[in-house]
Amino acid sequence: MAALLPTASGTPAAATEIPVEPPAGMRRRRWIPYALLAPGLLWLGVFFVFPVFQLAMASLWDPSGSIETGYTFAWSFSNYADAWEMFHVQFLRSLWYALITTVICVALGYPLAYAIAIKGGRWKNLMLVGVIAPFFTSYLVRTYSWKAILSDSGPVVDFLKWLHILPPDGRLLATEFAVIAGLVYNFLPFMVLPLYASLDKLDVRLLEAARDLYHGPVRSFFRVTLPLSMPGVLAGTLLTFIPAAGDYVNAQLLGGPNTQMIGSVIQSRFLVVNDYPIASALSVMLMLTILVLVMIYVRVFGTEEVV
Amino acid sequence: MARRIPLSPQAQAVLAAMPSRRNVLRGALAGGAFAVAGGALAACGTKGTGGTAGPSAGPRCTTADLSATERKIAFSNWPAYMDEDEKNAEVHPTLVAFKAKTGIDVSYTADINDNNEFYGKIRTQLAACQPIDRDIVVFTDWMATTFIRNGFAAKFNPDKVATFLKNLAPTLRSRQFDPNMEYAAPWQSGLTGIGVNTAVAKEVRTVDELLTRADLKGKVTCLTEMRDTMGFMLMSNGKDPGDFTTADFDAALEKLKAAVASGQIRRFTGNDYVQDLAKGDIAACIAWSGDVIQLGFENDKIKLVTPDEGMMLWSDNMLIPVTSPHAANAMALIDYYYDPKVAAELAAFVNYVCPVAGAQEEMVKIDPDLAQNPLIFPNAEMQAKIKIFKPLTEAEEKEYTGRFQAAIGA
Repeated sequence: MAALLPTASGTPAAATEIPVEPPAGMRRRRWIPYALLAPGLLWLGVFFVFPVFQLAMASLWDPSGSIETGYTFAWSFSNYADAWEMFHVQFLRSLWYALITTVICVALGYPLAYAIAIKGGRWKNLMLVGVIAPFFTSYLVRTYSWKAILSDSGPVVDFLKWLHILPPDGRLLATEFAVIAGLVYNFLPFMVLPLYASLDKLDVRLLEAARDLYHGPVRSFFRVTLPLSMPGVLAGTLLTFIPAAGDYVNAQLLGGPNTQMIGSVIQSRFLVVNDYPIASALSVMLMLTILVLVMIYVRVFGTEEVV
Repeated sequence: MARRIPLSPQAQAVLAAMPSRRNVLRGALAGGAFAVAGGALAACGTKGTGGTAGPSAGPRCTTADLSATERKIAFSNWPAYMDEDEKNAEVHPTLVAFKAKTGIDVSYTADINDNNEFYGKIRTQLAACQPIDRDIVVFTDWMATTFIRNGFAAKFNPDKVATFLKNLAPTLRSRQFDPNMEYAAPWQSGLTGIGVNTAVAKEVRTVDELLTRADLKGKVTCLTEMRDTMGFMLMSNGKDPGDFTTADFDAALEKLKAAVASGQIRRFTGNDYVQDLAKGDIAACIAWSGDVIQLGFENDKIKLVTPDEGMMLWSDNMLIPVTSPHAANAMALIDYYYDPKVAAELAAFVNYVCPVAGAQEEMVKIDPDLAQNPLIFPNAEMQAKIKIFKPLTEAEEKEYTGRFQAAIGA
């Protein structure tokens, strides 16, 4: 039976006793792959393509409309200029925070993933559970608890003041530090897991070989370990950067009015101000910007496989 | 609705007034979850719901009133906004008495948590003149304005709401969005003032102190509700929030922006300023009366200050949707709650500003202390300081809210 199924390339498996002409039943089964694809495609069409199309349309509505009087479609590309004019600060800030977050997450996540994958031994699974454990609590609750930990009267601030790292009237909450710390905390697992997945596959005999060929630990890391874990680095950085750029919970809870990110702006334009054209324009801009940045990034650092 | 733990009746009453009454943040976050979906849905169906008629626009549909045969109504309200039996929170004594008196059965649900959210939920059906299975809904002034402007509110029959017309508190009688008291009956009102934690900083007397005093730098929060925060900015510029021009608004907004840029204002918040004020992370903030009174019960260092400039008063209003088939029953309920005795009973439980004249005298019989509380029954001195934000047209609403939101960083 297995021999009758086509392989990925569409030709029968290379076995000599298979006749050259495919049996009649096979042609009828050509629709099977499409049937299997259909639910997913339908889902994407209804819940992704259609909303994105609507969003793009809404970003070109006449801005003088309103919910009550109705909006009309008017090719108002000026919405994009207006949105940029009003909110470029928050826009650039979001990309900047996301970048810093990603860099810190690599710096923290790589050693952690390495330790778990290479040195974890019998504790490996337990350590992985430790990485995933925060997901057992809601994202919102965890961010709220950071608010309590970093509180002005809390132990962290007191300790930093005692060390004279913070001035006597200094604080952590409602600063950039708190927002980025929150982002790093919340997105670190997304960095660690793909890194772990690719480091776990690393054949340690390659490291031994590198040593035999007179590579020191530093050189064997950069010549062997890092290149082999690049798929993990790539996946991890994407999984961190993309959601971090659109995040608004951390900025809202841990930040102040001067550290808000573009997510808060889009949220408030949609739900509070009811300014759909500007909100849509900002959303489309954010999506396109991230798409372009990611494409360039994958082009430059890309590997053939992801994880 | 939160279950109550055994407490002194006073503390209970205060607690009842608090929890999620204006949980803006929760609304915002919940809203965030469906922001994309909501945006897309709105994108599909934005045909508009008719012109931007003024407050005088009449109801948009006519619905046959079945009140005489169907002795029931469905009442949607905010959580913790109704008296509860000591033993069973599901039992509301004033509603039980209403049924005994009129025979009308009230199905009461506390399912309104956010003005925008709830309005969004019922708007499309009302615009299509379809029933929403509710006979009374409760909206804050500004949302009530929109509701009435769109013709979604049924007009009261003056004969059926005579007690309401007689007993509505004088401050609320000629509100611009409902000058003839035809559509909106205040359920409860509340005050916005300055909350201070005197363990952290000495008392704050004026809005200017809040915005400029050096020892408060980075320890001040304001509210994300535009009317509350901007009302204070306008007052501190010597303008009346009930009557100002766009130039006045801009000047007031500049004042706010300066305080944001200087780092004086740490954050803009919904209900969550409560914890920060209690912990002492913030020293002073623009705050809602009920929240601060409750904190004061736990910590006597926390006080609600009436700034020299004044206080903002807001109300939540009962409105009858045009598609309600039980409008006469609903009017009977509205009228019932304007009986001073009933109003006092309710106020003793929820502790908000009571909109019913004569309830204070009735309150003396229930709890003399509460009767003297100017935050429940504003005295003459307090009355003189109370300001109400002017009603905005939809265009003004969008413009002002848009600029305010941009100034607070969102």
